[in-house]
Amino acid sequence: MRRMSSWGRLSALPHDVVELSDRATVAAALARSRPGIAYGLGRSYGDVCLNPGGTLWRTAGLDRLIHFDASTGRLICEAGVVLRDIQNLFLPRGWGLAVLPGTQLVTVGGAIANDVHGKNHHGSGTFGDHVLSIRLQRSDGEEIVCGPAERPDWFAATVGGLGLTGLIVEAELQLRRVPGPWLEAETIAYAGLDAFFRLSDESHPAWEHTVSWIDCTSGGAGGDAGGDAGRGLFLRARPAAVQQGAWRARRLAMPVSPPISLINRLTLKPINQLYWWLNQRHLGPRIVHYQPFLFPLDAIAGWNRAYGPAGFYQYQCVVPRENAPAVIASLLAEIGRSGAGSVLAVLKTFGERWPPGLLSFPQPGTTLALDFHNHAGVEALFERLDALVVAAGGRLYPAKDARMPRAMFEAGYPRLGEFVRYRDPGISSAMSRRLMGG
Amino acid sequence: MRIVVIGATSAIAEHCCRVWVQRTACDLLLVARDASKAERVAQDLKVRSPTSTVEVATLDFLDATAIGRLAERAAASTPVDIVLIAHGSLPEQRLAEADLALCRSTVEVNAVSPALFAEAFAAQLAKAGRGTLAIIGSVAGDRGRKANYIYGAAKGFIERYAEGLQHRFAGGPVAVVLIKPGPTDTPMTATVKARGGRPAPVEEVAQTIVRGIDAKWPSFYVPARWGMIMLVVRNLPRVVFNRLNI
Repeated sequence: MRRMSSWGRLSALPHDVVELSDRATVAAALARSRPGIAYGLGRSYGDVCLNPGGTLWRTAGLDRLIHFDASTGRLICEAGVVLRDIQNLFLPRGWGLAVLPGTQLVTVGGAIANDVHGKNHHGSGTFGDHVLSIRLQRSDGEEIVCGPAERPDWFAATVGGLGLTGLIVEAELQLRRVPGPWLEAETIAYAGLDAFFRLSDESHPAWEHTVSWIDCTSGGAGGDAGGDAGRGLFLRARPAAVQQGAWRARRLAMPVSPPISLINRLTLKPINQLYWWLNQRHLGPRIVHYQPFLFPLDAIAGWNRAYGPAGFYQYQCVVPRENAPAVIASLLAEIGRSGAGSVLAVLKTFGERWPPGLLSFPQPGTTLALDFHNHAGVEALFERLDALVVAAGGRLYPAKDARMPRAMFEAGYPRLGEFVRYRDPGISSAMSRRLMGG
Repeated sequence: MRIVVIGATSAIAEHCCRVWVQRTACDLLLVARDASKAERVAQDLKVRSPTSTVEVATLDFLDATAIGRLAERAAASTPVDIVLIAHGSLPEQRLAEADLALCRSTVEVNAVSPALFAEAFAAQLAKAGRGTLAIIGSVAGDRGRKANYIYGAAKGFIERYAEGLQHRFAGGPVAVVLIKPGPTDTPMTATVKARGGRPAPVEEVAQTIVRGIDAKWPSFYVPARWGMIMLVVRNLPRVVFNRLNI
């Protein structure tokens, strides 16, 4: 038994870890050790990849590329391949992944099972929108190949299916042509949520990537901090016309976990203030490498340790567009009142297209994501936030979740009833037991 | 660059191959026991480096005649630049104590077989008057410990053996490199991880191995910190050592 955690480090409980390293023996390994759940790089925040006391099928060793067609950009690979490796290998050949989440240190299998999205959701949809085919190993030995056209019902269940429909062994991905790694980026300071929505709307046709940082300590939309109310930075980027320059990844690391969270009630406001001031010199247009723009936190290995031994929660919700301005303002006001909150409060408006998976998270609307260090009283805050999200017809992102109530999951994911028919009875996770009762 | 990798389906060997083909197009011969697994590794390397050539050969790793023929054939057309002997098998010590057949195969796979390959290729490199022969040993070979002495003894044999080859080729055109990895995050070290050990990432280990082979370091630990750790372990007085539960 081996102690395993997810990215939020809320627990480190013993698991029976089975290392998968040969795709030919996956079926036998599953039959031997079920029930279990697939574990890639452990980058999801909550319990979607955990199964305390039971089996974890670790897929990091399933990291072989199988075929690449240089004329069409179709890549077939095993599920444990890391998105970073695909980028590093194919960008020099003029191809890249169409959708990249906020870290490139996730596996292809994890990206499909959580149907991840990126800063270009408004134009490119989710990761699953670019998956052509999935080879799924069921724990009873059956193998299912599915895609948007082939057995589309299985595909819809597996994309965003939280790893519960079978173990994803291989996938075929549609890469897209990329002119190079350089982006033309612009950072715009704004005050108030109205400004955020205006910037979002006017940026969406012309800018491939948009995202916004909001200072959750600055008093929300109509808050108490005077001129700083709801201040934020709007970041947008698109491929640069001229693709040249030298870039070296900066690698910092958080080597140990401090005894208490470095982000807490006392430090939160100064850190947000510092972030705001540090970014003042970056305002305006500039040319940046895609990595620091898309994955700012990948520069600090093990940044999750900063939250100390108790770990942290991420709360990421999406609310439909029509209610978004008011609901986001209420959420920020609630968080502001609690004194808790995040250095990494992120706001983004999703595109209009619905995602391919029955349980995919994105929907037309606005998403807000915040980290909270694990402390007494945080659950009470979450319950108040839940009430606002549910009332607005929104939902939470399972990949980030460790605590949402089952009723909220059922309310937010109306296609759950369809989904459960595709579950593999030999697969179970802490999350599936918490949210689906088995 | 022509490279022959013995035990090419081992995680460390496979990652070394990835480092090599990512640097420059290579001419690789992957030698393995399991043909279909080796083909999957070859396929991966060809996607990573479409201009590399990757060939697979399979044989019985204890068949001295077959090993001799393979080495001859491998060096026949083009002289070999690097031979990496990477295969090995780490059983649970208690099982190897209880099962003499497992005890024997552990010694055969980790000591006898690498020596046969090394000897066969040493002859070819000597004939060509060039090349680097790299063998993967282990920190486990530095001192016999109750936790893994059957495997450790075989790896200790590799160290003496490499030392002898280095003596034989001293000052000559053939370089012999002994690599001593600490626990690495591969399927082989599941029990280490279960005990709470934090093995080194295999990508980093492979990077260092390739660098060491380039520089023809005679003997080195990966990660380097194991050099310090094993210095202490080797020099602990027996009365102290025998009381430790390691």
